[in-house]
Amino acid sequence: MLDSVEVTSRVGEILTSHKGMEGALLPILHAIQAEFGYVPQAALPIIAQDLNLSRAEVHGVMSFYHDFRENPAGNHVLKLCRAEACKSVGADRVAAHAQKALGIEWHETTTDGRVTREPVFCLGLCACAPAAMIDGKIVGRVDEAKLDGILGGLK
Amino acid sequence: MKIYLPLDSAAVALGADEIATAIRAQHPDATLVRNGSRGMVWLEPLIEVETPAGRMAFGPMTPADVPALFGDLAAHPKALGLTEDLPWLKAQTRLTFARVGVIDPLSLADYRAHGGLSGLERALGMAPADMVTEVTNSGLRGRGGAGFPTGIKWKTVSEAKADRKYIVCNADEGDSATFADRMLMEGDPFTLIEGMVIAGLACGATKGFVYIRSEYPIAIEVMQKAVEIARAEGVLGARVLGKGAAFDMEIRVGAGAYVCGEETSLLNSLEGKRGIVRAKPPLPALEGFLGKPTVVNNVISLASVPVIFEKGAAHYKDFGLGRSRGTIPLQIAGNVKYGGLYEIAFGLTLGEIVDKIGGGTASGRPVKAVQVGGPLGAYFPRSLFDTPFGYEEFAGKDGLIGHAGLTIFDDSADMLEMARFAMEFCAIESCGKCTPCRIGAVRGVETINRIKRGDAAAMPILTDLCNTMKSGSLCALGGFTPYPVMSAVTHFPDDFSTQKEAAE
Repeated sequence: MLDSVEVTSRVGEILTSHKGMEGALLPILHAIQAEFGYVPQAALPIIAQDLNLSRAEVHGVMSFYHDFRENPAGNHVLKLCRAEACKSVGADRVAAHAQKALGIEWHETTTDGRVTREPVFCLGLCACAPAAMIDGKIVGRVDEAKLDGILGGLK
Repeated sequence: MKIYLPLDSAAVALGADEIATAIRAQHPDATLVRNGSRGMVWLEPLIEVETPAGRMAFGPMTPADVPALFGDLAAHPKALGLTEDLPWLKAQTRLTFARVGVIDPLSLADYRAHGGLSGLERALGMAPADMVTEVTNSGLRGRGGAGFPTGIKWKTVSEAKADRKYIVCNADEGDSATFADRMLMEGDPFTLIEGMVIAGLACGATKGFVYIRSEYPIAIEVMQKAVEIARAEGVLGARVLGKGAAFDMEIRVGAGAYVCGEETSLLNSLEGKRGIVRAKPPLPALEGFLGKPTVVNNVISLASVPVIFEKGAAHYKDFGLGRSRGTIPLQIAGNVKYGGLYEIAFGLTLGEIVDKIGGGTASGRPVKAVQVGGPLGAYFPRSLFDTPFGYEEFAGKDGLIGHAGLTIFDDSADMLEMARFAMEFCAIESCGKCTPCRIGAVRGVETINRIKRGDAAAMPILTDLCNTMKSGSLCALGGFTPYPVMSAVTHFPDDFSTQKEAAE
């Protein structure tokens, strides 16, 4: 975990760079997550003070959106699309295979901290489904073999 | 040698970047242009090589197919012939997508050479009220799904008195089976920028936002670069193209909430709040972003504006049927042989789209159902394949065209499971503001589970629940989830009775 001095100083810089922006909270939370990999709880009161909001309001916004994490993810994040177009060509089968191969449910991280498995509802790859995203890299036509290849290549 | 290789997400997801690496390694002298996709996703990654006869297409490419590109092109194992002659492409009417896949998305010179900015040039010579009239006369309706006449929305904003007004582009394209917004932003970002500038001039707005979902990293990157270029070249700034009023814009990124595709929820999100739906009235056109008059339009609506100004409202309006004017980029997806983006005038029948253009299923099995309009759209059986593609025509069959995405399912699909999933999705994504959606979706999952277990008494409850959600929800998430659920129940009753019969 990060120490609070480091969080405070870096969050301060991020807040400064968003000064004067209309509706800055989402861009700020994105920038903090890009910096730390998650949104440290220690950042919330600092943001709240800067934007003249209550800590509860900032928490409310952060927790509303699926993207923002309260805790660090595993070393790798595997997102599998669960939406209709992907389901029409076997996304459920692929998801079940990933669940078995990794031994984790949705939103969980493997005990060695290697992989976090998350659902996503549409990556816009609906004509080359099922779709996945591994550490931000998009993959189309994912089947069991392709998934094994992806997981096997992760450190 | 000039080679075109898409940077489009679908092409990249199928290995385009690996092919780019192979080309650069083997022929560093070749000019490699990363363009948008032509929309034939089953052929991606699709490479085009410029020849004296025109651009020749090759695909689907693998890195192993790269060396042969530098030999006899006609003999290449993946040669498809001249791109322009490919039947799937040739039969389309590309107005909004005319440049996608053709030009370098980040070359403003290329954009101009292909008719770009001529719509804006014409708009600059018009009075704002005439610009609004031009859009009204084109018959353009909101392509995000609601189908509200774009010109009327613009008129309301243009006539509103305020110190600041905004143009907000809804690029939170969260519906499964839709990717037209993504393809447009990745393949021809200046078209969207030009459409937003025209909207700004027409409505007296000086600031625009494009709210793009975070699931679209490539679209975000391309749009950000395009805005910087447009600003540097004077398309955006204090005086549009050196003669107009001021207009500038920003790219904003969503955070994984489906409901933010709903316009009022999007505005809250853009303001830095929870993406909770607002009650209407007030209309966003009068009290939108930060309480100021705001145009909220879908990507395709705004991106259709430049061609309307370039070729005239009448040209655009001449396409289509009934009250659905112009063209619609169909997104054919799911279990389909020839999937991708197909822009054509309204009016084809669902059967023509699925069987002729899409070529049926990828699995080769019979088509069982087609969900039209994303996760909130109805499932259509083969018996409704004669429905013409238009707003009113689909509404007349208890469906919707939405953002014109079609997900095709073969006969292995379990429609009870799809109905249950629709409720589950609504439960996950509900913003929580109104009870029919927040509680109803959870009860919906439970009720469908009861039906699955053979509980016949649960069916009337589901119907009743769907009616409550339909008429009692604030927005389309709770209000339209009954479409996929009830269409599955109505058109595929066998999938809802098998368990019961087995139990009896």
